[in-house]
Amino acid sequence: MTERTTRDVIVIGAGHNGLACAAYLARAGRDVLVLEAADEVGGGAATRSFAEGFRVSGCAHLLYQLQPEVAGELELAKFGLETAAADIATTALSPDGEHVVIHGSRLEGRVTERDREGLSDFHDRMMRFAKLLRPYLNRRPPLLVNNDATDKMTIGRLGLDIRRLGRAGMQEFLRLIAINIYDVLNEHLDTELVKGALALDAVLGTHLGPRSPNSLLTYIHRLTGETGGRPGAMALPKGGMGRVGEAFAGAARAAGVDIRCGRAVQHIRVENGRAVGVELAGGDTIAARTVVSNADPKTTVLDLLGPRHVETGFTRRIRNLRMRGNAAKLHLALDGLPDFSGVDRNALGGRLAIAPDMDYVERAFNPAKYGRWSAAPVIEITIPSVSDPSLAPAGRHVLSAVVQYAPSRLEGGWSEERAAAFGDLVIDTIAAYAPDLRKQIIASELLSPADIERIYRMGGGHWHHGELALDQFLFNRPAPGAVQYAMPVEGLYLCGAGTHPGGSITGAAGRNAATEILRREGNS
Amino acid sequence: MKTYDAIVIGAGHNGLTNAAFLAKAGLDVLVVEKNDYIGGAAVSRNLYEDWIYSNCSYVCSLLRPEIYRALDLARHGLQVTPYGGSVTFKQNGDYLGSYWDHEVAHREFARHSKRDADAYQRYSAEVMRQTRFIRDFLLRTPPDPTSFRPRDLRELALIGGRLLEMEEEAIYDTIRFWTMSIGEYLEEFFETDVIKAHLAGSGIIGTALGPYSPGTAYVLLHHYMGEVDGNIGAWGFARGGMGAVSRAIAGAFESYGGEIRVEAEVSRIIVRDGRVRGVALANGDEIRAHRVVSNLDVKRTFLQVMDRSDLDEDFVRRVENFHIRGSSGKLNIALDGLPTFPALPKDSQLINADMHFIDSLERMERAYDDWKEKTWSKDPYVDMLIPTITDPTMAPPGKHFMSCFVQYCPPELDTGEWTDADRDAFGQAVIDQIAEYSPDFKDLILHVEIRTPRELEAEVGLTEGNIFQGELTMDQLLFNRPVPGFAQYRGPVRGLYMCSSSTHPGGGVMAAPGANAAREILRDMRRLSSVPESFGDD
Repeated sequence: MTERTTRDVIVIGAGHNGLACAAYLARAGRDVLVLEAADEVGGGAATRSFAEGFRVSGCAHLLYQLQPEVAGELELAKFGLETAAADIATTALSPDGEHVVIHGSRLEGRVTERDREGLSDFHDRMMRFAKLLRPYLNRRPPLLVNNDATDKMTIGRLGLDIRRLGRAGMQEFLRLIAINIYDVLNEHLDTELVKGALALDAVLGTHLGPRSPNSLLTYIHRLTGETGGRPGAMALPKGGMGRVGEAFAGAARAAGVDIRCGRAVQHIRVENGRAVGVELAGGDTIAARTVVSNADPKTTVLDLLGPRHVETGFTRRIRNLRMRGNAAKLHLALDGLPDFSGVDRNALGGRLAIAPDMDYVERAFNPAKYGRWSAAPVIEITIPSVSDPSLAPAGRHVLSAVVQYAPSRLEGGWSEERAAAFGDLVIDTIAAYAPDLRKQIIASELLSPADIERIYRMGGGHWHHGELALDQFLFNRPAPGAVQYAMPVEGLYLCGAGTHPGGSITGAAGRNAATEILRREGNS
Repeated sequence: MKTYDAIVIGAGHNGLTNAAFLAKAGLDVLVVEKNDYIGGAAVSRNLYEDWIYSNCSYVCSLLRPEIYRALDLARHGLQVTPYGGSVTFKQNGDYLGSYWDHEVAHREFARHSKRDADAYQRYSAEVMRQTRFIRDFLLRTPPDPTSFRPRDLRELALIGGRLLEMEEEAIYDTIRFWTMSIGEYLEEFFETDVIKAHLAGSGIIGTALGPYSPGTAYVLLHHYMGEVDGNIGAWGFARGGMGAVSRAIAGAFESYGGEIRVEAEVSRIIVRDGRVRGVALANGDEIRAHRVVSNLDVKRTFLQVMDRSDLDEDFVRRVENFHIRGSSGKLNIALDGLPTFPALPKDSQLINADMHFIDSLERMERAYDDWKEKTWSKDPYVDMLIPTITDPTMAPPGKHFMSCFVQYCPPELDTGEWTDADRDAFGQAVIDQIAEYSPDFKDLILHVEIRTPRELEAEVGLTEGNIFQGELTMDQLLFNRPVPGFAQYRGPVRGLYMCSSSTHPGGGVMAAPGANAAREILRDMRRLSSVPESFGDD
């Protein structure tokens, strides 16, 4: 492989954060090379072809946390980002067919008056806290002691913003920040079905049940984005999530970034305590003044860098990062639109939730603690071909479901057979609500967390490259010594979901990392 | 008719402590107690022949030494003797012991894992750092973070200052410790199941959370922040049972001229013109007072004893949302002799220890899963002790009293209310578990008293039998305890105060809530107070 001798920056991994980081750096005049091990850009923002003519978002399938700053500055719309269905509603499926539709703060279906008022109140509070927190997603986490003016300003502003909630608001915020969603929903709502579906959002992508303290924060975290100008709304991207990855790549290329796919980095090269470039699988080396890793922190430190370059204490912290994915992905190619009893066609273009009550969700979580999958899993279903027919042949449909809990550390390990067995269980669970589903299936696949780890190179198959828990948040994400994107090795940075503010398609980590790199390495 | 300076409702250890400090400051104080004995849950009772049961709380460590000294409790007969370590029995016939002697403890851990034995040094140092940090705040009133009053700002700055005194990474470790699950915290140090299980117990005692629930590392801290004779983290027996603690505090109270009335159940706190005027007793008597201090948990205080019309609706809602979850049970057993535990070496000092019979985090977590399904744990976490080895005064010569604290035991069953048959089945599950490790145990049993949340609530008045009068989760700690805006021991009505474990710093036989509340009352009265407000003494 012939390469120019030295690049300004090498970004390892063309996930959406890596691409965002690269784009910002290139716009600031850096010569940036992105190296991606897979054959396509996007990382977890991928569209996957799993049966002839059927395509689906392979990993993440809904957009909700994309930061408007990133989308606007990188002009993602210009590079192909388009929503097929914006501000979609959730239909909470009930075993008795009396489904309830949840749309932001509104409810349709068999609910009580207290539910309507309670949801509206709950939603307002959560949106208020999400609005408070959102600006801090787009800033580096401050250090508390050895900090500079920027950090002091962040701390001061956050303090002021919390004060501005007023006495009652502040009390509420401080009470709720570490609480579980189970208690809070019981404080507001009557109908189990509604509570179950809301609890689903709190636990998706985590190793928490609704009764676990911390599960309200993960719910608020989800609301800290904006799609189509609507805070906290969910959307289905046109062309699948791969189109989002491509839009990021388009923006990066337009800024002058050189993106190479099928180039797996083997090592980060370090000389005299400084990152000096990378070595590719096959032995080629490329030199760079700055190396940025979009890989998860464990992969970056333990595999790419090697623990010998950092202190034992830091390595221990990275080893201790909790990255146990619990989400599997089910993809079905269907020869027609599935018929969910009692759900009207329009609702099929939105999101369907199988989480009939909070105890159901909690029970689904229980076995995951012991390395076993849920006997009755919770499921988030989308049928993206309803709003985007390009994803399936005419008249046919594709179903995409996120399924929990399927622990990455399954007792006995994952295999093709076990993934298929779990897939069967999931299909049966869905078919309880759509009796003809099995007859419509042309092809199916279940991606276990082990598959997601392998295909999308996320350690533990974890969406967030590490649990979004209070002890892995802000100053502790991914670990003290690396929270401001700069690693303890000079010239080496992180820009992925393992850093603040965590996962989902946000672009924030990549943008923050680029800002930090430019701050530290001078605005050439 | 006489008007007291203060009436304290409930002669539990916090109520008595509160009353003692008020009386010491010269106030005319009456303590009213519904039972015909004092002590609340810190009580010794003669419920079977010549046996004395510590029938609720059973060991002592958290009682603040500053209070012990300020009330001169030694002079009033309180004597605490440390006991000898703890042991966890393994299903394979082996055991893990822990000892106060560091060398011996290290050797024993190393017998199970060399790596874990070394990690234990690191772990102990970390936990001790957290212990020292929190101890500073136990005898202080939590600041109101929403207030701009100088005192609140000063206290907030004090806490902030203490935090910032640490190194940068130590601060982040503190944040982690306060938010993590005990299971995950331990997994960062240890690889051996039995060692993790052995250490995790303190993270779930009295708490409706499993060892894998975030926030349980703090619960462990709550059990580590006490001391016996200056030994931080040590636990001991009060000579004569836990009632000795209450009796000593009551003795101090009476020596300051205080008055205790038993069999005086309060049916209502009297409020007129926005001010507390006294209490009405169940027998119809009314007693006047300028201020009333409730040692009942906040749910009983505000949802049962107070008239709803005297309270703000928003406040009532907050109290309703306060979580008091029953999760524990208790067995008190009279034994004809000392049971043997064949897994232990002959003459092992561990017979004198805290014994546990669950050897993995998974088993502990599954015990919690049972609770979530509203059944008692089929394979429970039992914290078992035989105090009579250390304190022979509690049983006839050669006989013994055994105390078994059990986690988890729900306040209500999936089948509905507890029945006597359910209670007995629950007790049997505990006895069977212990008998697996002690073949002669069952034959030695003379009498068993089984307490589920139903019995604990009925007798002691702890809502759902919750030993902390409210969960020790982050949403209910410090300025959030019991409810935001009311963490400084003052109730929502003038003249009304709270001093129970529902307030900061929470439950256990600590006496800190009672003392802190007394300090606030005396402050409101502009009286000189002898309540310690220290930054610890370590």
